[in-house]
Amino acid sequence: MSVTHTLLGLIEVQPRHGYDLKRAYDTRFGQDRPLKAGQVYATLGRLERDGFVAVAATGREGGPDRTTYAVTAQGVTDLDRWFSQPEGPGAYLQPELFAKVVLALQSGRDAGAVLDAQRAEHLTTMRALQAAKDGVDLDRVLSLDFALFHLDADLRWLEHTAARLSRLAREIS
Amino acid sequence: MTDALLTATDLHLSFGASPALAGASVEVAPGEVLALLGPSGSGKSTLLHCLAGILRPDVGEVRYRGSRLDDLSDERRSALRRSDFGFVFQFGSLVPELSAVDNVALPLRLAGDRRTPARSRAREWLERLEVADVADKRPGEMSGGQGQRVAVARALVGGPRVVFADEPTGALDSFNGELVMDLLVGAARVQGSSVVLVTHESRVAAYADREVVLRDGRSDARVHA
Repeated sequence: MSVTHTLLGLIEVQPRHGYDLKRAYDTRFGQDRPLKAGQVYATLGRLERDGFVAVAATGREGGPDRTTYAVTAQGVTDLDRWFSQPEGPGAYLQPELFAKVVLALQSGRDAGAVLDAQRAEHLTTMRALQAAKDGVDLDRVLSLDFALFHLDADLRWLEHTAARLSRLAREIS
Repeated sequence: MTDALLTATDLHLSFGASPALAGASVEVAPGEVLALLGPSGSGKSTLLHCLAGILRPDVGEVRYRGSRLDDLSDERRSALRRSDFGFVFQFGSLVPELSAVDNVALPLRLAGDRRTPARSRAREWLERLEVADVADKRPGEMSGGQGQRVAVARALVGGPRVVFADEPTGALDSFNGELVMDLLVGAARVQGSSVVLVTHESRVAAYADREVVLRDGRSDARVHA
């Protein structure tokens, strides 16, 4: 899962400081694996260095000093590329795809397009796996079936999500 | 696609007040295996029925080998279906009173073939689909997987240019479903038949060369619930 792009996507939805960013990530995407604070600040440092975010405000608000970051035009361009690029089908696809769908909805992008691109990518891989089953030994067929069944599960989740995008958009807005 | 065998352009069709198709377009090339994908109620079966000349669209046109199909009389469309098309459905596509061999021979008999050569050719197809052992059984005496393989044999026996398959594995377990798809697509490719395949299963769609996704009766729009 691209933690960097997920954090950048959360900053695009609204400017955030490090603590707020960690809390938003952990609530939506990190229930099982919350981010360490150090990882959040290190990522923010890299994003700022690369010009994808910039300091929008600094302030104390009754607590420690906080630096709030906002996305830059260069950051938006990088996110556009991330959203438009389907994931290579693999065992840990779903968390990143889930993050893309949620952030696409929150940022006003076309989440259906994200899902459609992913479906096409999956089916391309599944067609290649299906074709590879021709004329090979059974143990190889079973190995290919293993991959096919896992991709099939991804796609069932994808169709399930595609049918509920409007409701999801309402719930996360 | 310039050499399409079958095309549907901007089809609209409503059943009462309910629109089943609301702008569906698709092209099928000779020898191509095309999957129509989409959730329940998206219009994929209705589109298949329009492509096969079973239903007429309210708006839009269907062309087969360059000529309008939706304009033909019921009789001419029926004749075309018998001569050029084969069908596999999820349920009930076999005649329950006939044996497997007579079910498979049926399209040949309807096309005018004599009984003995028709049954002989039917037995060859049952062997190709690995169900020769149920040749003399009726559908009620076969398993679901055997019945679907007999249905595939019946769809292909006449050498159709297009086979329409509506959820052909929908009632089967994954093993029998895969067997049916292997045999259906394999045999269709050998004889150069196109296949239009309606399915909501990705693993079935993976047998196709290409997919068209329908949603809310449209082939080119994303409208989400």
